[in-house]
Amino acid sequence: MPESLAITKFSDLANPTRFLGLAARILPWMAGITAILFAIGLYLTFASEGDYQQGMTVRIMYVHVPAAWLSMMCYSVMAASAIGTLVWRHPLADVSHKAAAPLGAAFTLIALATGSLWGKPMWGTWWVWDARLTSVFVLFLMYLGLIALNRAMDDPGKAARVSAVLILVGFVNIPIIKFSVDWWNTLHQPASVIRLDGPTIDKEFLWPLLIMAIAFTLLFFTLHIAAMRNEIWRRRVSAQRRMAARMAGKEA
Amino acid sequence: MSHTFYIAASYVVAAIITLCLIGWVWFDGRARQKELAELEASGIRRRSAKPVATTETGGAA
Repeated sequence: MPESLAITKFSDLANPTRFLGLAARILPWMAGITAILFAIGLYLTFASEGDYQQGMTVRIMYVHVPAAWLSMMCYSVMAASAIGTLVWRHPLADVSHKAAAPLGAAFTLIALATGSLWGKPMWGTWWVWDARLTSVFVLFLMYLGLIALNRAMDDPGKAARVSAVLILVGFVNIPIIKFSVDWWNTLHQPASVIRLDGPTIDKEFLWPLLIMAIAFTLLFFTLHIAAMRNEIWRRRVSAQRRMAARMAGKEA
Repeated sequence: MSHTFYIAASYVVAAIITLCLIGWVWFDGRARQKELAELEASGIRRRSAKPVATTETGGAA
């Protein structure tokens, strides 16, 4: 049956050794497609016209918006993995949310830095403690906290369970970030791409933005799979070292 | 400062952070592969690994 086949395929991927095999096969393709999309996206970015009000600073949008989108998507991937850790107790889910945290922190930092560099010429200030900026800053701190928590515990299984609880509690911040511009009066503009009534942004800017967003998203998944692979290897190294130490202890 | 400065600074900051991220993942992978190869060379292998096989089946992370 197709359904049981799909479940079998999924559980096959959930096996770390099979995951490593799959990662080795798809990573070169993903990296190649990401590079091509970045080349197209950057070409369109610098070929596009300036905005009638913002001038050429609108080009900051093509890195700021995808990074901000990824900062939230990465946390959502971590939340889904955290459910995998707590409900199915799956080691690959542990590996997934641990590997994603530094990536999320990096993309959030890009969003904060480029937002600040866009804010200065357009708003006249580098930073303001409005709801959007503050909630994204809280997200950045949460990523750092999760990285620190994972590094503070020697037992990866225990670290994963504690992190998973914290990730799910922290997920409340994601809708706050998304809707902060609607719920509160913020200096940051409201949504102009993902809206119920369709994008309000001009097509001149929409296409480079979409290509850059897909490129950044693919970059995230490429790095996530590679970081997961590294984490599986790291765990194998420490398991094998423990085994070697035990064998040495028996021989002594 | 001109708008060009803010645009260039944004792209440079984004590029530096992205390249650091790619570099970290790349070098971390290389270091782990090296460690695994060293363990293999010293005769320490996973319990689930076949004695002379080059491919592995099953096992946990």
